[in-house]
Amino acid sequence: MATDRIVGIDLGTTNSLVAFMQGETPVVIPGDDGLNLLPSVVALDANNQPVVGTAARNSLIETPERAVYSIKRLMGRGVEDIQEELKLFPFRLADDMQPGEVLRIKLGDKTFTPPEISALILRQLKRSAERFFGGPVTKAVITVPAYFNDAQRQATKDAGRIAGLDVLRLVNEPTAASLAYGLDKKQNGIVAVYDLGGGTFDISILKLHDGIFEVIATNGDTHLGGDDIDNLLITIALDDIRGDLGVDLRRNAEAVQAIRKAVIEAKIALSSQPSIKLDIELPGGQHYRREITRNQYEHLIQPVIDRTVGPCKQAMKDANLKPEQIDEVVLVGGSTRIPKVRALVKELFHREPHTGLNPDEVVALGAAVQANILGGGSEATENMLLLDVTPLSLGIEVAGGVTDKIILRNSTIPASATQFYTTQIDGQTNVAIHVLQGERELAKDCRSLARFDLKGIPPMAAGIPRVEVKFLIDANGILHVSAREQRSGKEAEIQVQPSYGLTDEQVEGMILDSFDNAEEDFRRRQLIEARAETATILTALEKGKKSAAWGQLTTDEKKQIAKMEKALAAVNAEEDYQAIRKAIDALNQGTMRLAELMMDTAVSTALKGKTMDETDLGEGPTAPHPMAKAEFE
Amino acid sequence: MRAAHFCESCGKVQPPVPVDYFSFFALPPKLNLDVAALEKSFYELSRRLHPDLNARAGSQEQEWSLEQSSLLNDAYRTLRDPIKRTEYLLHLEGVELEEQSKSATEQARATGAIKKQIVPPDLLEEVFELNMQLEDLRMSKKMGEDDSSLIAEIGKQKLSLEEKHEALIEELQAHWNTWDNLIDRGHAASEERAQVTGTMVDVLNRRNYIRNLVRDVNAALEN
Repeated sequence: MATDRIVGIDLGTTNSLVAFMQGETPVVIPGDDGLNLLPSVVALDANNQPVVGTAARNSLIETPERAVYSIKRLMGRGVEDIQEELKLFPFRLADDMQPGEVLRIKLGDKTFTPPEISALILRQLKRSAERFFGGPVTKAVITVPAYFNDAQRQATKDAGRIAGLDVLRLVNEPTAASLAYGLDKKQNGIVAVYDLGGGTFDISILKLHDGIFEVIATNGDTHLGGDDIDNLLITIALDDIRGDLGVDLRRNAEAVQAIRKAVIEAKIALSSQPSIKLDIELPGGQHYRREITRNQYEHLIQPVIDRTVGPCKQAMKDANLKPEQIDEVVLVGGSTRIPKVRALVKELFHREPHTGLNPDEVVALGAAVQANILGGGSEATENMLLLDVTPLSLGIEVAGGVTDKIILRNSTIPASATQFYTTQIDGQTNVAIHVLQGERELAKDCRSLARFDLKGIPPMAAGIPRVEVKFLIDANGILHVSAREQRSGKEAEIQVQPSYGLTDEQVEGMILDSFDNAEEDFRRRQLIEARAETATILTALEKGKKSAAWGQLTTDEKKQIAKMEKALAAVNAEEDYQAIRKAIDALNQGTMRLAELMMDTAVSTALKGKTMDETDLGEGPTAPHPMAKAEFE
Repeated sequence: MRAAHFCESCGKVQPPVPVDYFSFFALPPKLNLDVAALEKSFYELSRRLHPDLNARAGSQEQEWSLEQSSLLNDAYRTLRDPIKRTEYLLHLEGVELEEQSKSATEQARATGAIKKQIVPPDLLEEVFELNMQLEDLRMSKKMGEDDSSLIAEIGKQKLSLEEKHEALIEELQAHWNTWDNLIDRGHAASEERAQVTGTMVDVLNRRNYIRNLVRDVNAALEN
């Protein structure tokens, strides 16, 4: 059973979740704060220990230079393609960053790559799941935006590995949502999933046919979401403040984060209220106040949400479908709560969208469904199979800097293509290949995935070698390349230089560096918890021995208890948490009568006229329990 | 043929054998094809070959499942589309389409020559005129002039091109029948095969030429 414990994870821009298939239904596993959503925020505390989630989000305002959010925007990206992001987000790059290097983000005086930061979020979710199951969790399905390219997918997989997770599958977010949708709908037809989240937009059109979920077309924008709306509102506030008060707060990270928090709350409120009043206290005690009406707000965000129109039209064109041929449009992602977005979807697809799903949770639930399918399936997922596509065309650079497309976008994956290469010079033993992803004609306009060097080609006259290179996109949407020289039958060696990724060695190093290593860490935590419980039960026993009830036990019973007490003390000094738990259980059983007698004594004492107030209520539970400490302000 | 994808006794995925796309689906190399039946077998085979359903198998089987299902997807994608199917059959017959062949494109680029574009002779005049109009359209757009009459004229041309495209597809389908008859008859002489494939190449080249023109027109009208 333990081997089949595969969880589904939605690693989101704003929030992340972990879910699991419980019997026939996928359920979200809450964190130790009892909440389903874990804010995708990471911070370092005063001792340089990483903190994830709500606590980290709070430190965004107090110690913004030690916290980071929306890290998903940086996954698999190079320094040259995040210039826009740097203007709008408080990402602080390491001072010694070299061009072409994997990004490194400063938190306090430490630096982390985006996969390492994502790994901290994943590890937190992993812990929640382990608490839920009471055992280690090492396998997961993680969702990614459908429009993520190879580098972004690879970075997500790396993050999983760093967190100690075997990532069995990367599933596209809208497709995952369709699995959760299809699980209870069980009907055939064409479904479009419109997924506007915190930082990414996807549109996927699927054909549902007797349990097969076949993606026909997908499109999107990996840098479009609620974040963009927040940034608009922040910019306006900063402009207002600069204009009216003459203070430029753009470099004041604390103030910017305070404004960000306020405008996010305003944005959410504007989905249900006709107007809101912003009231933000600025450094120096002055207040920034402004009223925003729904009308103004909708006018403001129109250009942002209009950017979803192009991808939707392209997807319908690629699927060769008219809006009327689509049976249902499913809304996913927190930003689809905005009434103006819903209106836009209605206009685009000529129908009311389906809003019956929880837009924050459905992706994680779908990931749990896919995890269940990979784990061998169950009655609920029997016959379910996902056939996804590659969102972007794969090409290679040919003479003249032109892209030669070899696998077209929207091809069902796994997909492959074979190309033949030869040499230009006598005795040449290397051939360089440049792999690209994108739709543009020129190589320079596409995304560079990797440069390969085919090495070890046997020296022959120019044009004689015939090197067969096979490009294969696997079910995760990740590219694999293999090569063989056909005349000699020799496998050509491939040297990969991922354009924006970590090398295997780097990932290995990060796994070793990470403070948490799956089994060992889980064992250690269990041991601490078991020992705490031993302390509790032994204290209770000491108390029992002093009570009147102790005298009512037989000599034999007392002997038996003493024996078990000794046994528990002995295993408690060892490292085996399971043995400790067993001894605790045994002692619990053995002291059952003592507990009953004590209870009777307490009741009779109460009957003797004492009020509850005078009865010793003790100090409350000291054993570990799933609730975190309450917060007071 | 199909049984070869799986072990006959245990049903497990087997390593892929190099076969052509038609054989992968246990189909004869014919061009008239029941797409609904093809989809049905695609779904059936997906349910057995897809990596998701072999995720718990041994690593060797997982490898085969990945290769087999990519082959299945490649084959289905090619065969379900009438043009791709025809081009693939021509490729099997050893014929390369001039306009599209990569070697021709690369060669042209390498030598700096302009790629040979076979303009169908009966279209020469029309193409010449259309290109002039498209150029005028680009100019007037740049100058911000009113070009509604020009757009209407180009729209008419586009309609006529689309009709030609339709006619060519019908013509192609007639050649499919000839080809399929050859296959049904069994041992067809290589001259006979070459004659049919030759005509199909000609039709496809004309069709591709017109399709590119329509694409250019659409691009000019949209911008």
